[in-house]
Amino acid sequence: MIAESMYQELILEHYKHPQGRGLRDPFDAEVHHVNPTCGDEITMRVKVGDGGKVEDVSYDGQGCSISQAAASVLHELTTGSTVPETLAVVEEFTRLMQGRGQVEPDEDVLGDAVAFAGVAKFPARVKCALLAWMAYKDAVVRSAS
Amino acid sequence: MSTEFDVERIRKDFPVLSRELPGGRPLVYLDSGNSSQKPAQVIEVMREHLSMHYGNVGRAMHVLGAESTEAYEAARDKVASFVGAPSRDEIVFTKNASEALNLVAYAFGNPINEDPRFMMGPGDEIVISEMEHHSNIVPWQLLARRTGATLRWFSVTDEGRLDLSNLDELVTERTKIVSIAHQSNVLGTVNPVARVLARARQVGALMMLDASQSVPHKPVDVAALGVDFLAFTGHKAAGPSGIGVLWARAELLEAMPPFLGGGEMIEAVWMDRSTYAPAPHKFEAGTPPIVEAIGLGAAVDYLASVGMEAIAAHERELVRYALQELGEVPGLKVVGPTGLEDRGGTVSFTLEGIHPHDVGQILDDEFGVAVRVGHHCARPLHLRFGIPATTRASFYLYNTPAEIDALVRGLHHVRKVFA
Repeated sequence: MIAESMYQELILEHYKHPQGRGLRDPFDAEVHHVNPTCGDEITMRVKVGDGGKVEDVSYDGQGCSISQAAASVLHELTTGSTVPETLAVVEEFTRLMQGRGQVEPDEDVLGDAVAFAGVAKFPARVKCALLAWMAYKDAVVRSAS
Repeated sequence: MSTEFDVERIRKDFPVLSRELPGGRPLVYLDSGNSSQKPAQVIEVMREHLSMHYGNVGRAMHVLGAESTEAYEAARDKVASFVGAPSRDEIVFTKNASEALNLVAYAFGNPINEDPRFMMGPGDEIVISEMEHHSNIVPWQLLARRTGATLRWFSVTDEGRLDLSNLDELVTERTKIVSIAHQSNVLGTVNPVARVLARARQVGALMMLDASQSVPHKPVDVAALGVDFLAFTGHKAAGPSGIGVLWARAELLEAMPPFLGGGEMIEAVWMDRSTYAPAPHKFEAGTPPIVEAIGLGAAVDYLASVGMEAIAAHERELVRYALQELGEVPGLKVVGPTGLEDRGGTVSFTLEGIHPHDVGQILDDEFGVAVRVGHHCARPLHLRFGIPATTRASFYLYNTPAEIDALVRGLHHVRKVFA
């Protein structure tokens, strides 16, 4: 059925075995984001090193498989990249999520995050997928100030 | 009133129940506590009225206006009789139960009111409960903010019952109004109205019931209940959305100030003042939801023809079966009473390690089972149980044991996906 395209194996894998979960020191900024419609929440810390390299993205939170897997994938995609590189991924991911399933994702930019393409067909779940990514964007902005 | 409850015949009255979902799945609608489906009898009455009769009510001097007025007021008669109101003038049409609750909340602490029962200020108290829907919480929070009164509440026991152990300390001479759910929209719990009311009467407080989850499902007689105010909504009772009901004792409606000002709620208007129409019209400013009220009239006719006792008995059998079958699903925990006593046809539960949004998505997408997931507009109740959300199955007259089997099959599959 349709939801099977949403619950990709990769998403379930990240949900069951989240990568980089847990809040760690040191960090430059910490943010807390909530999705009021379903109560999902995330606390995220970002550490940016010399040369604008993302050294660590650590997080803790609770919520559905989509929101939790999205945070895990985000951790993998951002850690070790430069801030501008990661913001390009955030932008492409946001475009994909808000595309109502009509957007052809750029796999080169998205990497594993392309597994979330099916979520875009479920408007009620888009906010779940975006929760961690919006938190990351916010944390990066704060870390620079 | 029919003696034999034939659910298959009833299902034929609800056109949507025969539709298929994309992929050829049958629809298993277990979300009536959220909003119920509508029988053809209601749809047809509304279509007929819009097609052949529609005019504004109370003010148009022509045939169509007269026909609409007659049908609108006849709906009031039907609703009055359905809930046992001593007078038709005690039925105020609102747009939903929330508006009915707000209407009453705005009667308190209102400077244009002189009745001491509605005066409110610092030192006065409002009593609600932890199991309320947000619509029976927020209006009272706002009232407390406006007047400086104190908001207090009953707690909920681990079994999902109202904790009455401190009834006498909670409801006191300082209490002006007690407002609680007749039946919880999450737990299914039916609250002990008589005990709370007896205490309210002892201390001279007024009492309101949010009956949104009881009126659609079992016989409710406002006179027998003996409370002062009762709110419910049409769309949960086989009627359309956009129409709700406030029932209040006539003498109180007379004492209360108007809520919204506008057309048809007046007697005479000068530039600097107005006098108001008698209740219920005093509380029905502006063109009301005419066809929706008429639809609600048709809905209560329909429910009465099936028989509210029969509907209640059918739902009792469904919830008995559901509790038994859900109890077999590993990791499933019912939030609310697990016995049948003082309990309606709503079952909320958690599934260990799996978020309700994931449960709801798989149930819908692979099994066509429509349930509600989230906090069901009762966040404080979920906080009390230390959980962010639950999955809720809620039953109505058209549901069958086979649909509960489909739910249980779906839950087993959900567990497999997320194992």
